Amino acid sequence: MLSLGIDSGSTTTKGILLDDQGIREKLIIKTSSSPRKSLYEVYDTFWSDAVGCTVATGYGRSLLKKANRKITEITCHARGSRYFEPNCTGVIDIGGQDCKAIALDEKGNVTDFLMNDKCAAGTGRFMDVMMGILEADLEDLDDFVINAKAISISSMCTVFAESEIISLLANDIPKGNIALGVIHTIAERTATFYGRLNLCGPVFFSGGLSKSKIFCRVLEEYLGQSIKTDVLGQYTGAVGAALIGYESVE
Amino acid sequence: MEIRKELPEIFKSFSEARQAGFISAKNFKDAGNPLIGIFCTYFPQELALAMGAVTVGLCASSDETITESEKDLPRNLCPLIKSSYGFGKTDKCPYFYFSDLVVGETTCDGKKKMYEYMAEFKPVHVMKLPHSQDQVAKELWKQEIIKMKEVLEEQFAVSITEEKLHKAILLKNEERKAMKEFYGLCRQDPSPMTGMELFNVLVGASFDFDREALPSKIRDLTQKVQEEYQIIQNNEIKPRILITGCPMGAATAKVIKAIEDNGAVVVCFENCTGVKAVEELVDEHNLDLFGALAEKYLNIGCSCMSPNTKRFELLNRLIDEYKVDGVVEMTLTACHTYNVESLSVKRFVQQEKGRPYTYLETDFGTSDVERINTRMTAFIEML
Repeated sequence: MLSLGIDSGSTTTKGILLDDQGIREKLIIKTSSSPRKSLYEVYDTFWSDAVGCTVATGYGRSLLKKANRKITEITCHARGSRYFEPNCTGVIDIGGQDCKAIALDEKGNVTDFLMNDKCAAGTGRFMDVMMGILEADLEDLDDFVINAKAISISSMCTVFAESEIISLLANDIPKGNIALGVIHTIAERTATFYGRLNLCGPVFFSGGLSKSKIFCRVLEEYLGQSIKTDVLGQYTGAVGAALIGYESVE
Repeated sequence: MEIRKELPEIFKSFSEARQAGFISAKNFKDAGNPLIGIFCTYFPQELALAMGAVTVGLCASSDETITESEKDLPRNLCPLIKSSYGFGKTDKCPYFYFSDLVVGETTCDGKKKMYEYMAEFKPVHVMKLPHSQDQVAKELWKQEIIKMKEVLEEQFAVSITEEKLHKAILLKNEERKAMKEFYGLCRQDPSPMTGMELFNVLVGASFDFDREALPSKIRDLTQKVQEEYQIIQNNEIKPRILITGCPMGAATAKVIKAIEDNGAVVVCFENCTGVKAVEELVDEHNLDLFGALAEKYLNIGCSCMSPNTKRFELLNRLIDEYKVDGVVEMTLTACHTYNVESLSVKRFVQQEKGRPYTYLETDFGTSDVERINTRMTAFIEML
């Protein structure tokens, strides 16, 4: 049996198709102004008679009427993280519009969680907007900050940070130094946020920013421990959804 | 729970009490009775009852007048204070308009400073509430209650005799006992009512100005709910949630809705909208009436107390009695005392009681309804 998990995030919509052999197919698309359309685009790509269960997660999850189950991104990220890192007891997810910290017990059940969902501070969107001002692509983040020296950015409000960066540019501060400064700001905030859960075990880091080696290194610095990531880290929510669906049918 | 047919009708009179109360407040005033507006559960309502007056809660819970209040008050202040002040200033709340005297207490910093401005357009008396609950504090509070009595006597040219006060103590205790029986129904599993129904009664009852008849009215409701519960035999087991934190009103009922729309049921409100100020009775046998009032009222476990041990004693008992599966703490933005205390509550609930806990900071707006939904659903999935 195939199981389909779809994660309708604010920036991207992710789909994962898996069976007892593991992940079979994956797809990531930009979430359009109609999240329903993006959801169905992923759904239509993967759906066949062989799919025994579809689980939707993410902020747009309720839009997929054809889903067998709708489960929050907290539960799905917890399950997905255990797939990538079976021993983790903590999860950090930096998404497009929020940041999550999740505590797990030894069986992988969620025991506590925090969500920073009130403003863009500490989210992928914050990094994205700042890179936009620096006229650079988020995908090239690691190359962009090679040999850079971090400059301190004190504003956490996206709008204020933007004007702070504009004045730094006006003072001829190299763009790479500014970008590295932004990385430090987000990483420090994320580590403090995660610290509120008071955990000590292995931590899995998911979301788009987990693809950046430099971001992971800086985050490890602030956390004071190493973090686990996966090349498919951005799909953690969708993987979790697909696994929960698979397990509920099997 | 849609099987219940008659209950919504029974609840209706309570949930509509706040609106219907506008008219009854006017009638009550037209008959020559004073109306005293209060902001907090620390005011001994027996004083008002003893002089034939009635109290009405003025804590607002709508964002309608927040912009107006921000002309005078800082933006970064708790919405309850801003909204209450705004309704007073714009005269948009009939209860505020009808209040002959507004009584405030030095509970939190925001409120006590706000009253200074409110006194510019309304008669305001502020009771100086101590922030601890020891014997010295109780003596201070007793003196404040006596001072309050004198202010009322002078302002309204009445005499609050010991006899009248004792009668009022008995009456208010009856109301508390009736209310305890009512919300105590939710100790049963499954609960005989939804948290929203419970909430509407808790709020609605305070807007019923016939205080003599109120206890029997509540008991009548209790009996009907219980009778119906036994006939219908609802076996739907849902996770049982206790709500703690800041006071709740119409705008923050969004939290109750988010919990109950997503598969759980609220069985207890520990906050001052719920059981916090009702649980303990005034000692009817204490001959020192003002001492008895001071004892009861100062024992209310609000986060403005330091240390606030009473809150934890109450939580400890309620979590067991109501067989609570999870605790949701709702605080208002910029309510420093509750927001700071939330860490102690989290530690207590998770470590001492071994139950899941989650924390939610919100205001009177609707922009976070979806976010609250996701958090509450995730919390319920966790139970």
